[in-house]
Amino acid sequence: MESLEHIIAEHPFFAGLDNSFTSLMVSCASNVRFKADTYILREGDPANTFYLIREGKVGVEVFAPSRKPIIIATLSVGEILGWSWLMPPFQWKFHARAIDCVRAIALDGKCLRTKCEENHDLGYAVLKRFAQIIEKRLESTRLQLLDVYAVRR
Amino acid sequence: MAAGTLSETRNAQCDDVFRQKHGVLEANQFGLLIQALLHKGYELVGPTVRDGAIVYDRIHSPEELPVGWTDEQEPGHYRIQSSEEPAFFGYAVGPQSWKKYLHPADVRLCAAERHGKTFRILNNDVQPKHPFAFLGVRACELAAIEVLDRVLLEDRYSDPTYERCSAGRFIIAVQCAHPAATCFCASMGTGPRVTGGFDLALTELLDSKGHRFLVETGSDRGAGMLAQIEVFPASQEDINQMEAAVGEAATRQVRSIDTTSIKNVLYQNFEHPRWDQVAQRCLTCANCTMVCPTCFCTTVDDVSDITGDHAERWRHWDSCFTLGFSYIHGGSIRNSTKARYRQWVTHKLAAWIDQFGTSGCVGCGRCITWCPVGIDITEEARAIREGGLHGKP
Amino acid sequence: MTITAHAPVDPMLPHPYVVREVAKETSDTFTLTLESAKEANGRSFLPGQFSMLWVFGVGELPISISGDPAKHNRLVYTVRSVGQATHALVSQPVGNTVGVRGPLGAGWPAEASRGRDIIVVAGGIGLAPLRPLIYHVLSNRKEYGRLVILYGARSPRELLYRKELASWARNRDTQVLVTLDYGGLGWKGHVGVVTTLFKYARLQPGRSVAMICGPEIMMRFVTRELETHGLRHDDIYLSMERNMKCGVGFCGHCQYGPHFICKDGPVFRYEKIRPLLEKYEL
Repeated sequence: MESLEHIIAEHPFFAGLDNSFTSLMVSCASNVRFKADTYILREGDPANTFYLIREGKVGVEVFAPSRKPIIIATLSVGEILGWSWLMPPFQWKFHARAIDCVRAIALDGKCLRTKCEENHDLGYAVLKRFAQIIEKRLESTRLQLLDVYAVRR
Repeated sequence: MAAGTLSETRNAQCDDVFRQKHGVLEANQFGLLIQALLHKGYELVGPTVRDGAIVYDRIHSPEELPVGWTDEQEPGHYRIQSSEEPAFFGYAVGPQSWKKYLHPADVRLCAAERHGKTFRILNNDVQPKHPFAFLGVRACELAAIEVLDRVLLEDRYSDPTYERCSAGRFIIAVQCAHPAATCFCASMGTGPRVTGGFDLALTELLDSKGHRFLVETGSDRGAGMLAQIEVFPASQEDINQMEAAVGEAATRQVRSIDTTSIKNVLYQNFEHPRWDQVAQRCLTCANCTMVCPTCFCTTVDDVSDITGDHAERWRHWDSCFTLGFSYIHGGSIRNSTKARYRQWVTHKLAAWIDQFGTSGCVGCGRCITWCPVGIDITEEARAIREGGLHGKP
Repeated sequence: MTITAHAPVDPMLPHPYVVREVAKETSDTFTLTLESAKEANGRSFLPGQFSMLWVFGVGELPISISGDPAKHNRLVYTVRSVGQATHALVSQPVGNTVGVRGPLGAGWPAEASRGRDIIVVAGGIGLAPLRPLIYHVLSNRKEYGRLVILYGARSPRELLYRKELASWARNRDTQVLVTLDYGGLGWKGHVGVVTTLFKYARLQPGRSVAMICGPEIMMRFVTRELETHGLRHDDIYLSMERNMKCGVGFCGHCQYGPHFICKDGPVFRYEKIRPLLEKYEL
């Protein structure tokens, strides 16, 4: 059974982080688990936690009137769920549903936010890493937007 | 008469081994040459005046040739004029080229009949081809025929129509002494001197000694044809005069393309601003591709009769300048005029070399003359080279 | 000057093939199985090659062969109905005759890739020209290393060959990963563009050959992704597409830079066409 400390230290997202920062992360972390088809977070709710997925698949979803929920992205093992905790208004913009049974490490974003304000070095290290994730997601999303498999008439 | 295969024909024409025989044919005896060709069963095609231009058509007598006519060519300008000299070949080139006969504009590929759920391809009525004899083939045109041979006969597949039209072809070339202002074959290395690939080559001499043709034989068939008509032996003076006239013709050309590293020049300047400039003028009318002797692009159309039981597949000349040429998945790849003009020039001068080993351009100048807005390919090539990027791709 | 020998056959003449089966894959995509009306043994083809299919009186289209190259007495084509000619093709009743010319073009480097890991990346109907290659690798399993199939489609209802995808995954040393642009509640699989599958693929760059087919945009960003994973430009192959009227190098429509897609392609080594892919309106 891996310790939280070990998991966080080994995770590529946290690679290169100062030891003191890693300890800090651990102090804000806990193991969580979600049953299949339950919602991990919902659009509009306050965003105070983010998740490091350890097992299972998470679907990021959008609701629209008279339409079934649309999954716009799937995240799975090793990926980070949630970045809206980082910036105002600290609110989730999408739903996230556990597609199957999901185990994750939950990190206290509210706590981390405060610490980032106090320690800008920590803040920079965290923001740098999230910027990379967001950039990749944006790129993928743009490509999805192109709807390349549709028929042009 | 046996037409012979195309390969036999071309091997015969290119064989420099046998003696180059010369003779002198008096102009007033020219009819004998025409008669001999017709008598041998050739479909004789040569230049004639029609609709204010010198075009190619069936010829039966010397009177049908453009005797005493010359042409005046400039970008976007073509006029024929009477000349004082009654020369038979005193012009450069007209709007048509020999691809009119070798690579016809409209060809029925096949016909088929439907019977219930199945269909049957009908035997194409292969027109029994009397071989063509082409009279008045310039060096640039001969080079163009060889370019088309390479594309349509010598690549992965062979085009049966081209093969059928070319089999047994007899070429009577004409040495050029009067280049038009739009000619630039010298810089393309294709003329004005015809050096091989012909059955007979004529040089028209018109001076105090009279109106006559110096005839060179380029093949056994050519020699055989010459033997049937009355020719005087050629003097060394005649031969010298011919060489001088043709040599001079080369120097009189006012246009040229510098073909040094032309592939690099064009491949590396895909985004050259010149393309935008020429696109402002180009109408994508496709005239250039129609008159170009090497442009070979075609399209295929399916037609059926009103019962739907009889269908035909027809091949027609097409042009990369049309919007639909590159249509795929709901749009055209080359949407803009710029892209289409660039494609044509890049293909003609550069990509052709990668594809077929030679330039696609023979320097005949037709595209310059027949462009309604007078776009000059030599000017465009120069502008791209001078203002462009250099170095390895 | 010598003239190379040529086949006496007219390359523009369609050969009659009978429609034996029309199977519906999605709402607009159908798989046709054709059998030669005249040639008992059919024609052998290489994975990646295409045929020109002719509908009597309507038109002719280049369609990739998507069947098993070991079973060449029947030719199989997966066709998406997007216009008049494709609609006529997929509407052919069983027993009707269509014209076939081919097989044409350069196929996937199946022989040259023996001993290597094979990465197949398909987008949408791009899986069709790759299927013969997959069949070939699975039928000659020992000749190849790992097989990784990455497939992206638009939505669950537009997935091709669903049952086969599942059965392929059951082969030894074979990984099949599927993703969609849009997922619904019933879809428990991955959602995202096909490049997002790469993190799950077990790739060994030096040992791998990648073969990609799909919309050109998709192929461009897939090659970028493969580059970041360390694949060399001469180990990546793409199947390109352009307007075709003849399929045999005469009509000039399919030119892509100096290449004729019908003769020099449709499969190209990435190294050869890399500078062309970025050129707009080439």
